Amino acid sequence: MIRLVPRRQRSRAMVWGAPLLAVALTLITGGLTFAIMGKPMGAALFTFFVQPLTSVYGVSELIVKASPLVLIGIGLSLGFRANVWNIGAEGQYTFGAILGGGIAIFFHDSTSPFLLPAMLIAGAVGGMAWAAIPAFLRTRFNANEILVSLMLTYVAVLLLSYLVHGPWRDPDGYNFPESRLFPEAGTMPVLIEGTRVHMGVFFALIAVGVALLLGKGLTGFKLKLVGLAPEAARFAGFSETRIIWFALLAGGGLAGLAGVIEVAGPIGQLIPTISPGYGFTAIIVAFLGRLHPVGVLLAGLVMALTYLGGETAQIEIGVPAAVTGLFQGFLLFYLLACDVLIRYRVHILIGKAAR
Amino acid sequence: MDEHNDKNKPDDGRRAGAPLLEARGLTKAFPGVIANDTVSFIIRPGEVHALLGENGAGKSTLVKMMYGLLRPDEGELFWQGRPVQMDKPSTARALGIGMVFQHLSLFEPLSVLENVALAVPGKWNPKALRKRIIEVSTAYGLPLEPDRIVQSMSVGERQRIEVVRCLLQDPQLLILDEPTSVLTPQEADQLFATLDKLSAEGRSILYISHKLHEVRRLCSGATVLREGRVVAHCDPREETPGSLAELMLGTRIAPPSRASTRRTTPRLRVFNVSATSSRAFGFDLKDISFTLHGGEILGIAGIAGNGQNELMKVLTGETKLDHEADAIRVDGAPVAHFGPIHRRLCGMAFVPEERNDHAAALNLALTDNTFLTGFSKLRLTRGGMIRSRRTLEHTKRVVDTYGVRTAGPRADAGSLSGGNLQKFVVGREIMQAPEVLIVAQPTWGVDAGAALAIRQALIDLAATGSAVLIISQDLDEIFAICDRIAVMSEGRLSPPVPVAQATTEEIGLLMGGVHAPTIPPEPEPEQREAAT
Repeated sequence: MIRLVPRRQRSRAMVWGAPLLAVALTLITGGLTFAIMGKPMGAALFTFFVQPLTSVYGVSELIVKASPLVLIGIGLSLGFRANVWNIGAEGQYTFGAILGGGIAIFFHDSTSPFLLPAMLIAGAVGGMAWAAIPAFLRTRFNANEILVSLMLTYVAVLLLSYLVHGPWRDPDGYNFPESRLFPEAGTMPVLIEGTRVHMGVFFALIAVGVALLLGKGLTGFKLKLVGLAPEAARFAGFSETRIIWFALLAGGGLAGLAGVIEVAGPIGQLIPTISPGYGFTAIIVAFLGRLHPVGVLLAGLVMALTYLGGETAQIEIGVPAAVTGLFQGFLLFYLLACDVLIRYRVHILIGKAAR
Repeated sequence: MDEHNDKNKPDDGRRAGAPLLEARGLTKAFPGVIANDTVSFIIRPGEVHALLGENGAGKSTLVKMMYGLLRPDEGELFWQGRPVQMDKPSTARALGIGMVFQHLSLFEPLSVLENVALAVPGKWNPKALRKRIIEVSTAYGLPLEPDRIVQSMSVGERQRIEVVRCLLQDPQLLILDEPTSVLTPQEADQLFATLDKLSAEGRSILYISHKLHEVRRLCSGATVLREGRVVAHCDPREETPGSLAELMLGTRIAPPSRASTRRTTPRLRVFNVSATSSRAFGFDLKDISFTLHGGEILGIAGIAGNGQNELMKVLTGETKLDHEADAIRVDGAPVAHFGPIHRRLCGMAFVPEERNDHAAALNLALTDNTFLTGFSKLRLTRGGMIRSRRTLEHTKRVVDTYGVRTAGPRADAGSLSGGNLQKFVVGREIMQAPEVLIVAQPTWGVDAGAALAIRQALIDLAATGSAVLIISQDLDEIFAICDRIAVMSEGRLSPPVPVAQATTEEIGLLMGGVHAPTIPPEPEPEQREAAT
C-alpha cells in the first residue's frame, strides 16, 4: 500500500528535485511512446534530446529559441509568485510584436539608429497595454485574470492576422499574407556570424539579472508575501492592487519585448504565425524553473530543446510534429505530479504493516 | 467519589473497578521530535480527568491517538480492560468516545440539524433527529434551535452544536479540547453544569485546558505532560494553580507583576468611528470612541465575532478611513487615513489575533517576518534592497530577548510551536519600541509559560510610557494585567471603567449584549482636548 504522508515542513530538496524527477519521467514515458510507435527507443531519444546539441548550429538554434522563453518565463514567474495568473503571455507577445513591428513598417525606409530602440520600447509598451486590460478588470471588477488574459490572446492573434492579410500586407509581396521586410535599422543585430543568435540573448540575460535583484529587494518580498500569505501582506500594508498591476505589467512588458525581438530578429517581418506557442510554453518554463530566475534560465533551455528535438525527430525518424507538444505536456504533467512530493512523502507499507 | 485521592499513583485507580480507558506506554515520534514518550494513564468511569501541559507538550498527539487520528508507534490502549486498536475515528466513536475539537468543524451555511445529520450515521430522518436534538439539548442544558443557520450563531452556540452532536452518540468518554476559550463566564458556567451532569451519569470526560482554575473546579484527576512525558498524576483539587503551573513548566513562575500606573497624556484617541463589516454576519462598528493613555493597559473584552476583527482592521489601517483622518489620532496627529506602513511610522504597532499567515507568514523565515512589519520603522531596506544582515541581527535580538525556541532566526515561522511564534510576534512589535501597541488575543492558544512571558512583556512596555490596548476574550487576562476595561458587543463599545471597579458578572452581562451598563461610566476629563 502506498500512502502520502504530509511532511512537517516543505522539503527544500524536493523543490529542486521535483523538476529533475519530472524530466527523468518524461524521458522514460517519451521513450516508451517512441517504442509503441515502432521506433527504436534509444536511438529516437538520442535524436530528440542529444543530436540537436551535437552541432554548433544546433546549439545556436537552442539559444535562439530559449531567449523568448526565458524572457517571457521571467516575467510570468514574477506574477506567479504573487498568485497572479497571467496565462495570456502569448497575446501580450503578439501585441508587442504588432506595435513594435508597426513602427518598422511605418518607417520602412529609415536608417536611424533610434528605430530599433523605438521598436523595442513600443513592443514592451504594447505587451504592457495588453496585460493592463486583465489588470484593470481584476482590480476594478475582480474579474478572473486567467480567463481575461487567455481570451485576449486570441484577440491579439486574430488582430495580427487581419493586419498582415489587409492593411499591413507587403505591397510587393504577391498577395502573401505578410508585411514588408523590416529595414536593416529595424533588425536585431546578429551576434555570431553564420547563426541566428542575436542581441535578444542579452535582453534575456538582463531580465534574469534584474529578476535576481528584485528577489533580494522590497518588491520581490511583496510579490512573495502576497502569493504566500495575502492576509499578512495586507497587515504589512502592501497594496494588493499595486502588486497585481506590477505583476501583470512586468509579465506583459517582457512578453511584448520578446515578441518584438522575435519579429525583429529571426523572422524579420510580420507574418500570421510569429510564435510556436512561446507564450504558453513559458508557463511551463516558469514552473519548471521553480519561479526562480536561474531556474527559469535553465528551464528555458530545456524547453527550447523540445522544440529543436521535435523538429529533428520529425526529419530524422519521421514522427509527427505533435511530438513537441506531447513532450511538453508530459513534462508539465509530471512536474505537477512530482510537486506533491514537496509537501508529502511517499510511505510504502508492505505486508503486515499495510493492514 | 473518594477514589480520587491517588496522587501520583495512577494504578491505584484499579481498586475502584476497571478503568474505562487505559493508555499503557504510548509512544509517538515525528521526524526530529518524540511527541509522546511512554505515556500511561487511566480514566475511570464517571471521572473528569484533566490533561495538562504546555503547548508542544504532546497533548494533541496523545488525544489524536486516543481518537484514532494517529497511530502510536508503541504502546497500547485498553477500553474497559480489553486491548483496542484505534485505527480510525469511527472505531473510537463506535466504542463510545466523542470529541469536541478546539477548532470547530461545522459547515457555516448549513443549519444545526443538517450539521448534526452529517455526523450521525444512519438514514436521513429529519423529524426524528430534530426531536432527539431538542431532547438532548434540553436534558443537558445546551439550548439549541435545530433550524438556525450556523453562520448566524456565536462561537459559544456553535460549540453547543458540537457537544450535542457528540452526546447524540451516547459516548462513555467525551474529550474536550480547550472548550472554554470561546465562552463568556456565564456560558462557561453553563458548560461546567453540563459536564457535572454528564459525570454524574457515569460518563467520563477528558478535559484539556490551560486554565488551571477550571481544571481545579471540574476535574478529579489530572495527568500532567511535559516534553512528551508524564511528569505527574495528581488530584487538581489538592493543588494550587501555582503548583499545577510548576508541574507543567518544571520551574516556579511568578505571576506578572506590575507597579500601579500613573496615567499620563493621551496617546491614542479614537473618536466616533463607524465602519461597515466586510463579512456576512459580521457586526458593523457603531460610534466607537475611547482614549488610551501613556503607561496604561486598556482591555477590550467581548465574545469573538462582535466587531473585534472589524475594530482591529480599523486600528491597523487594513481598513482605512479616507475621509475621517481625525477619527484616530496618535499623539495628536491624525492617522485614520493612513495604511499600516504609515501608521507604524507614526509609532503604532499591532499584533492581530490570527498569528498563522496574518501576523506572520508561515512559509517565510523569521527574518522575513521581522522585515514584514519592521522594514520601514527599523530601516531594513536601502535603495529598495533588503539589508539582510541588519534584518538578521534584529531577528536574533527578538529571539534572544523573548526566549523564542527555534532552530535559528532563518527557520520558517511555521516550524515554531504556537506559543513560540506568538512570543516572536509580540516581541517583534515591542522591539520596535512603539508609542501605541494594539494586541488582539495576546495569549490565544498559548501555554502558561509563554502567556506569562507575553503578559509581562506587555506590562513592561506600558511601564516605559507606551500605551497598550488589548482586545481579548480571556477575562482573566484582562483582569490580571489591564488598568481599565471596556466591552465590545454587537459592534458597540461600552465606556471603559477601571478594572478595580468592575465585576466578572457585570462584564459578562455586557458581553452577552445587555447594553444598559450597571457600572457608572468613568468621567473622561480629557474629552475636550480632542482637537489639540
